[in-house]
Amino acid sequence: MTVTVAASLDEVLEVLEARPGAEILAGGTDFMVEVNFGHRRPRSVVCVSRLPELRGWREEGGELVLGAGLTYTEMMLPPLAERLPALAQAARTVGSPQIRNAGTLGGNLATASPAGDTLPVLAALDAVVVLRRWGGERRMPVGEFLVGPKRTALLPGEVVTEARVPVGLASGPPAVCQEFLKVGTRNAMVIAVASVALVVDWVGRRVRCALGSAGPAPIRAREAEARAESSMDWEGRRLAAADLDAFGHLAGEAARPIDDHRSTASYRRHAVTVCARRALERAMAGPGWTA
Amino acid sequence: MSGTATMTPPVVRRERVLGRDVSRPDGVPKVRGEFAFSSDLWAEGMLWGRILRSPHPSARIRSIDPSGAWRVPGVRAVLLAEDVPGQPTYGLEHADQPVFASQVVRHVGEPVAAVAADHPETARLAASAIRVDYEVLEPLVDPEAAILAPPIHPDGNVFRHLTIRHGDPSRRGEVSVEGTYEVGMQDQAFMGPESGLAIPGEDGGVDLYVSTQWLHVDRSQVAACLGLPEEKVRLHLAGVGGAFGAREDVSLQVHICLLALATRRPVKIVYSREESFFGHVHRHPARLWLRHQADREGRLVTVEAKVVLDGGAYASSSTAVISNASCFVTGPYVVPNALVEGWAVRTNNPPCGAMRGFGAVQACFGYEAQMDKLAAAVGLDPVEMRLRNALAHGDQLITGQVLRGAAPVAEVIRACAATPLPGPPVTDGPGSMALPGGAGRTAQPGRVRRGVGFAVGYKNLMYSEGFDDYSTARCRLERGLVTITCAAAEVGQGFVTLAHQIAREVLGVDQVVLAPAETSSIGSAGSTSASRQTWMSGGAVAEACRAVARKAVEVAARRLGHPGLELVEGEVVAEGGGLRVPLAEAVGDEVIEETVTYRHPGTSPLDPDGQGDAHVSFAFAAHRAVVDVDLDLGLVRVVEVATAQDVGRVLHPLQVTGQIEGGIAQGVGLAVMEEIVLEEGRVKNPSFTDYLIPTALDMPEVRIGGLIEEPEPGAPFGAKGVGEPPTISSTPAVVAAIRAATGLELSRVPVRPQDIALAAVG
Ligand SMILES: Cc1cc2nc3c(=O)[nH]c(=O)nc-3n(C[C@H](O)[C@H](O)[C@H](O)COP(=O)(O)OP(=O)(O)OC[C@H]3O[C@@H](n4cnc5c(N)ncnc54)[C@H](O)[C@@H]3O)c2cc1C
Repeated sequence: MTVTVAASLDEVLEVLEARPGAEILAGGTDFMVEVNFGHRRPRSVVCVSRLPELRGWREEGGELVLGAGLTYTEMMLPPLAERLPALAQAARTVGSPQIRNAGTLGGNLATASPAGDTLPVLAALDAVVVLRRWGGERRMPVGEFLVGPKRTALLPGEVVTEARVPVGLASGPPAVCQEFLKVGTRNAMVIAVASVALVVDWVGRRVRCALGSAGPAPIRAREAEARAESSMDWEGRRLAAADLDAFGHLAGEAARPIDDHRSTASYRRHAVTVCARRALERAMAGPGWTA
Repeated sequence: MSGTATMTPPVVRRERVLGRDVSRPDGVPKVRGEFAFSSDLWAEGMLWGRILRSPHPSARIRSIDPSGAWRVPGVRAVLLAEDVPGQPTYGLEHADQPVFASQVVRHVGEPVAAVAADHPETARLAASAIRVDYEVLEPLVDPEAAILAPPIHPDGNVFRHLTIRHGDPSRRGEVSVEGTYEVGMQDQAFMGPESGLAIPGEDGGVDLYVSTQWLHVDRSQVAACLGLPEEKVRLHLAGVGGAFGAREDVSLQVHICLLALATRRPVKIVYSREESFFGHVHRHPARLWLRHQADREGRLVTVEAKVVLDGGAYASSSTAVISNASCFVTGPYVVPNALVEGWAVRTNNPPCGAMRGFGAVQACFGYEAQMDKLAAAVGLDPVEMRLRNALAHGDQLITGQVLRGAAPVAEVIRACAATPLPGPPVTDGPGSMALPGGAGRTAQPGRVRRGVGFAVGYKNLMYSEGFDDYSTARCRLERGLVTITCAAAEVGQGFVTLAHQIAREVLGVDQVVLAPAETSSIGSAGSTSASRQTWMSGGAVAEACRAVARKAVEVAARRLGHPGLELVEGEVVAEGGGLRVPLAEAVGDEVIEETVTYRHPGTSPLDPDGQGDAHVSFAFAAHRAVVDVDLDLGLVRVVEVATAQDVGRVLHPLQVTGQIEGGIAQGVGLAVMEEIVLEEGRVKNPSFTDYLIPTALDMPEVRIGGLIEEPEPGAPFGAKGVGEPPTISSTPAVVAAIRAATGLELSRVPVRPQDIALAAVG
């Protein structure tokens, strides 16, 4: 097995080009689990966790650029956490402090687990994923990147470098309120049974809601969004209880959950209904969570 | 020198060490990560073993072709059933479990073959290259159906059926409540997976370093399967990373020794976490039916019960677990009339056996739910209901046994109930991590309701039903240094601390060394289970030290030419006070060594009506749980568990607290999350990703409202075992609290979010 600890993004792209089948290792929190279970037997590994190009985040051309190497711990730190509180909340629910120190946004995206906790947040933020390969680049909405359970649009030779979020959605409360709620059978360190990410843009008058662990990939609850947008008192930041209920129910109906050993489809749909309603109620009431 | 201990008047005058928080000898290395667990073992030139397991819950083996394994370079041994030289099966009580399956497999994970290779990966590859041709059969997975179903094993499907008939069970009370209850399969979830190292000996024997709960019973089973005399099989205790009952049965012991003997090389096996879920027994899932009759004042008249335990594919300790579940199914209450029937049955589910609480846990979940129903029906407060029926010294159990020891049931109930209740949750608004849902921040404060629940439980200490239960210990005094030898397995509970404390206390010395626990230099200490080592091995160590003390006084009298001496706090003193010589000086360079075998008072088997003095002693505890429940999402946060426990005597306060907190963690786990999920005999969640145990955010505040110290007659220092009671009534207390918050029936544990959320929605 060859292992390359790359010093630059170019080196990574070169290695991926030169050694087809080389596998990307970031924080290793998914990768190594698969190796330990014998589900993955890499022959060639290229490590990206130290790459300066993938680290951190920045504002650029009307977008907030989140590096693929951004760790959960970093997502929880202000000022980023104040600008993207839903991402910070999602990060806080991931694993334990050790996992949050190592695990990255790029790894969560590439793993594409239906339960990946940043994924509904990125979906609700209309994020665009940037993929680089030797001599080329592709950009696509996160919903297109995530093809299905553990399946992405990533092609051999490509690496996820960034996720880009419209800066208008990253201006923080009171202009934009964000929520992330995650249901699990334990109070911490648990795989989501269901989750809801919500972004209410009071300036642009848009509601964006995405569901996690409620289908093969994050689901945008478009009908629920439209219903909330049309019934919202945008000036007074109020919504009638019946409209809140309707929002929850439409979100629940958008879910395409399954029965498995972690929960049942009917509970998942129910949990989405409850959480979506609560998220919207919170987004109207307060500034959301701060790190 | 050896002898059987008799009751000796204690030499101790004033206790210097017992009752204090002396530090654990293994504490610092464990905290620093320097303690060697069995998975850290290593030997020059060692090979790695790997087991091939059945992927089917029930199948006939048509053929096994191991040639693929032999083709993998680096493979040194491939073993099948026909390679077992001795007895083909093993088992704690009945040897019904094959070392390797040969004709049929009866559960997923049953061993079929073993390989040894130069590298763990090579061993894994080789094991997967063995071709087993299975004819897959329909598994028998319903324990009730198993009673009458065609046998899936030559010994039949019923491990034990027992009836307890007490008083006149046809007597009716004015109030009657009835219920059916279910307990899911819990795992012991110890941190250190099964692991060991076997080294072949020059004499054709083998040395096995392994983490276990009972070295000598492992040795007997291993020797029988290897076809070797016991003295050629030498077991050594390796660092144990938790046990909780899961290491009572043999797991890899026989396989690893077979591989070492076949290759003439040291062989190591370490289970992965996933393999560990298939490699040890679990807590029996249970179905219980109970009918309680009481008079209008809430005094119990008659209790009827049926208990079915799913023992899985092999016997393990099922016969003893069902005995406990049946004997204790009416709870720590005076029950004049009872009719109890218990079955432990064989299915194609994973084998079940010992786990902390051993049958008493399943029973308690049923009877405590019933006591709450009865309290509601009579119109009594749940605590008052229990006080009104509490057992006390001199009362009779449904087995006819009269309680001769300490039975401070009312005291534990009162002390627990008197503990102040916690305040409302401290939150920072909606979605606070202090609310149900924790880090997921799902809670809406207005939709969170608090509930309080109360439960009492009890259990036997030590082995019952006429079992010859003993422990052996040796004390050696040499130039002031005391060496204690005892094969008691330290599994984390702190026996090593206690052995030091006892030796220091009895002999008044400071220099005490504990020899490694192994089988060739000392007799059995019995199992580290049934809350028995403090009493049994603690008793053996105490008696061995007392025997040495008596000898030392004789030696001193001879050497100093002074009669009428005694040992007081490490000094040999003359009665009148004319002489005072430190022990080491008084015996000079004479070596004094004594070995004793310590037994508890005998017990008898249960007769056909389930009557008999089957148990030695009992320990009681009460728990009061406070929970916050998210009514819409069904998520639960256990806020606090208050407890009071009958401990006889506290020998080490911190270790008692540790047992209480750890036991409550496992009780809370069973109440709200811990379950091996089965589907047609297959485990759906064999990992810590999906078999959830409480994290720090799930663990409630534990408030010890009282340690009731009523010395137990006959127990060394008056101390009772404290390990199991915390696990017994904590589960029903939590569920009672959830019922109080939700108004739901909740007759099954663990309580799942959907059991609350979807029931409430209707
Ligand atoms: C104990 C534990 C708890 C966990 N809890 C959670 C949880 O609560 N929620 C959750 O969502 N996840 C959880 N995870 C999963 C995991 O931590 C996350 O998915 C994490 O984001 C993975 O990131 P990583 O950097 O560790 O990726 P790695 O493990 O290094 O890689 C994961 C996959 O992504 C690929 N990859 C990584 N970076 C890139 C890149 N830049 N471009 C292309 N491909 C790439 C790798 O090739 C690999 O296939 C948990 C894991 C563990 C072990």
